[in-house]
Amino acid sequence: MPDDPSFTSRRRFLQWSAVAVPALAAAGAPASGQAPSADDRPTFFSASEWAFLRAAAARLIPADALGPGALEAGVPEFIDRQMATPWAEGRLWYMQGPFVPDAPPTLGWQMRLTPRDVYRLGIAAADGWTQDRHGRVFAELDPAAQDGVLQAFESGKARFEQVPAAIFFAMLLGNVREGFFSDPVHGGNRGLAGWKLIGFPGARADFMDWVERDVAYPLPPVSLSGQRG
Amino acid sequence: MNKTDVVIVGFGWAGAIMAKELTEAGLRVVALERGPARDTQPDGAYPKVLDELTYNIRKKLFQDLSRETVTIRHGLDDTALPYRQLGAFLPGDGVGGAGLHWSGVHFRVDPVELRLRSHYEERYGKGFLPDGMTIQDFGVSYEELEPHFDFAEKVFGTSGTAWSVKGQVVGADKGGNPFAPDRSNDFPLPAQMRPISAQRFGKAAAELGYHPYDLPSANASGPYSNPYGCQMGPCNFCGYCSGYVCYNYSKASPNVNILPALRQSPLFALRTQAHVLQVDLSADRRTATGVTYVDAQGREVAQPADIVILSAFQFHNVRLMLLSGIGEPYDPASGQGTVGRNFAYQNMATIKAFFSGEVHANPFIGAGGNGIAIDDFNADNFDHGPAGFVGGSPMWVNQAGVKPISGIALPEGVPGWGSAWKQAVAEYYTHTVSMDAHGAHMSYRDNYLSLDPTYRDAYGRPLLRMTLDWKDNDIRMTRFMAEKMRAVAQAMGPKALRVYVKNFGDHFDTTSYQTTHLNGGAIMGADRRTSAINRYLQSWDVHNVFVPGASAFPQGLGYNPTGLVAALTYWSAKAIRERYLAKPGPLA
Repeated sequence: MPDDPSFTSRRRFLQWSAVAVPALAAAGAPASGQAPSADDRPTFFSASEWAFLRAAAARLIPADALGPGALEAGVPEFIDRQMATPWAEGRLWYMQGPFVPDAPPTLGWQMRLTPRDVYRLGIAAADGWTQDRHGRVFAELDPAAQDGVLQAFESGKARFEQVPAAIFFAMLLGNVREGFFSDPVHGGNRGLAGWKLIGFPGARADFMDWVERDVAYPLPPVSLSGQRG
Repeated sequence: MNKTDVVIVGFGWAGAIMAKELTEAGLRVVALERGPARDTQPDGAYPKVLDELTYNIRKKLFQDLSRETVTIRHGLDDTALPYRQLGAFLPGDGVGGAGLHWSGVHFRVDPVELRLRSHYEERYGKGFLPDGMTIQDFGVSYEELEPHFDFAEKVFGTSGTAWSVKGQVVGADKGGNPFAPDRSNDFPLPAQMRPISAQRFGKAAAELGYHPYDLPSANASGPYSNPYGCQMGPCNFCGYCSGYVCYNYSKASPNVNILPALRQSPLFALRTQAHVLQVDLSADRRTATGVTYVDAQGREVAQPADIVILSAFQFHNVRLMLLSGIGEPYDPASGQGTVGRNFAYQNMATIKAFFSGEVHANPFIGAGGNGIAIDDFNADNFDHGPAGFVGGSPMWVNQAGVKPISGIALPEGVPGWGSAWKQAVAEYYTHTVSMDAHGAHMSYRDNYLSLDPTYRDAYGRPLLRMTLDWKDNDIRMTRFMAEKMRAVAQAMGPKALRVYVKNFGDHFDTTSYQTTHLNGGAIMGADRRTSAINRYLQSWDVHNVFVPGASAFPQGLGYNPTGLVAALTYWSAKAIRERYLAKPGPLA
C-alpha cells in the first residue's frame, strides 16, 4: 500500500532518523532543514524519546486484524503536538505549592510535575529501567518483551525515581487514546481509524432520524474538516 | 465607578434571572462575570465545537483552576490539599457559567425534600436520623414555589410529560411521573423522543412494577419562543451537550434564553473578566456598599451599589461571604456559626450494561436532558424504615452523548490496552447502555466549607477549603440503590454488567467525575441560628445582600439542582421587587 500515508511517513521517518539521530541526540531537539515533513519531525521529543514513544504507542494500540493501531493513526505526532499546548505546561492546573506528592490518590494530582516533565523524566526512567533488565532500550525489544515491560510500568512494579511509573504509564495511555479517538485536526486519528474501529460518527451531529431506531448507524464518520472515513 | 442600583456577581442562571427581573423592576443592574464573554457564536459554532479533546478533555468551558481552586480534605484532622486538576466536579467560567455547559435535565423538586427533616421526624421518629446528620427544612413550600417552577420552565423551553395539571391526571401511560407534584400548567413542549437505550430501561422497569417517565429536559423538542421572546431550535440529538456550547440553540442557557432580551435593556450592563474580590460593607457591617473587583487590565475597581446579588457558583458564593465577613463562619466543633454549614453533594451509583450486537444503543446519539427515569426510590416514595438510611435516588438512562475518549466502558477483566482492549471497544461501544442512580446527599455536622490556612489564589486570597467525606448513611443508600438498579439492568437481558458503587470505608474521590451538583454552605432557612440566609435568600446579617444558587440548599436533592435554583431565584426576585424595594430591610 504505497499510498497509505502512514507507510509513507514511516519510511520518511526512517530516512530522516538515519541522517539526523546523532545531531538530535546531542542537542536534545530536532535539527532543522533535513526533515522531509513537519508531521514526522517531533518538536518536543528527542530522537530517543521519539523512538520510545512510537514503540510504546504501537503496543498500547497495536495494528492487527481489526485495523490500524496508534502508530499508523499518527498518535505519536498527536502527542508531540500536545506538548506545545498550555495543558502540557501545566497551565490549566493549580500549580502553587506546597506540593505533597505522596498524598492519597483520592486527592488527585499533587506533584509539581507538568506533563512535559512527566514525559521527559518518565521516558528516560523507562528506558533506563528496561536497559537494566533487558540490556536494551524499550524500542529495541521484541513486542512480547515490550508488553511485559509496559505491564510492569502500569502496575507500578517498576520503580522510577522521579515520577512514579504508574503515573507515567497512565498519562501515556490516556494520551494515546486521545490521539487515537480525537478529531484528526489535532494530528492523530489518521484516516479516522479510531472512529471507524468503534462506529463513532464523529462530527455528523444530527441524529434526529435515528433516535428511535434499533439499527446500526449506517453512515461513515466525518471529521471537522469534512474528511470521511 | 458610578453607583448602580444592583450589582450582580456571577452571570450564570441565577445572575441572568436576577438581572432580568430587576431591570424589569426599573433598576440599573451591573453584572460582573469573571470569565470571558461567551455565546453560541463564536463559542458554539458548528462544526468547530464538536471537538471532544478541546472541550471535554482539555475542559475549555470550565473554571480556570490555575488562578483559583478549592482545597479538599476528608476529615477535620486532615490537611487539605488543592483540587489541582478538574475531576469530580466541573464549575463553569465565563458568561452563562455552568448554565452554558450543563446537560439540561430540568426538574422541579420533590416537595418532601423541601421539608426533609420535618418529614422524616414525622414519619420515622426523631431517633431515625443518625447522629451528626444536620439536614433541615428549606423554609419554603412547593406551593409557594410552584408559579416560579412554572415560569422557569417557560423561560427554559422545557420538554416533558406532565402527570397532573391542576389536579387532573393527564400523563398516565404517556410518560408522566406519578410521583411528581401537581402542576399549574403542562410543560411548554412535549417530551423529547426516546432513544433505544432509554426505551429498554423503561420497559424493564415497567416489567418490575416501577413507573417509568420521560425526564424533563431543557433541550427543546420542537421550535420554541419563550416569554422573553428568545428563540430555540429543535434538538437534533447531536450528543454534544454536557461540556459544550449547543450549536443549535436547542439547549437552554442564560446566553440563549435570557441574555438576548437583557441586551435590549438600557438599564443592563455586563462586564466580563471582572473578578470580584469581596463585598464591601458599611462600618457597622449591617449593609453592603458594593463590591470590589479586578478588571481585565488588573486594576482594582470599586463598584458601589444599593443591592448586591451573589450568584456565582455554589462554593464561590460561600467563599465571597467568608472573605467579606458576611455572617458568622461555621465552626464544626461547636456547631455555631452558619456560613459554610451543611455542605453537601450528590451520591451516585452507575451501571453499564453490555449487550451483544443486536441491541443498538448508539450512545453517540444523545441529548443532555432526555431519558427515561423512575422515581420509585426517590425522595420518600418508599418505606425507609426497613432500609435504614435517609435519602432517595431517581434512576435513569440519560443518554447525553457518549464520546470515545472519555466514554468507552468495558466489562470487568478486559485489559486497558493491546489487541484485547481494541477488540472490546470495537465490540461494545455501540452496544452499551449506561444508567445512573442519581442519589441525594445528606448534610452532616463535619462536612462544611471554610477558608484554607495555606493555599491562596492568584490574587493572594485564601482558597476555599472543603471538608467532605462519605458517611455510612450515604454508602448504605447508594448500595441499596445500586441493587435496585441492578435488577432493572438484569431485566434488560445484557451479556454483562459493570456496577460502579461505593464501598463502606471509601473516601470521597476528587479525581473521577461524579456531578457538578454541589450544595449548601450558605443555606436558607427559617432560623438565623442554623441558616446563613432567610427564606427569601437574603443574608440574615447584611440585608441588602441576596445569595441565590445551590449554596442555599440545606442538603443535596435526588434531582438535578438547576430547576430549583431557577425557581428559588424567581421567588427571591419577587420578594425584592414587591417588598424589599418599598422598604429595604430584613424580609424575615
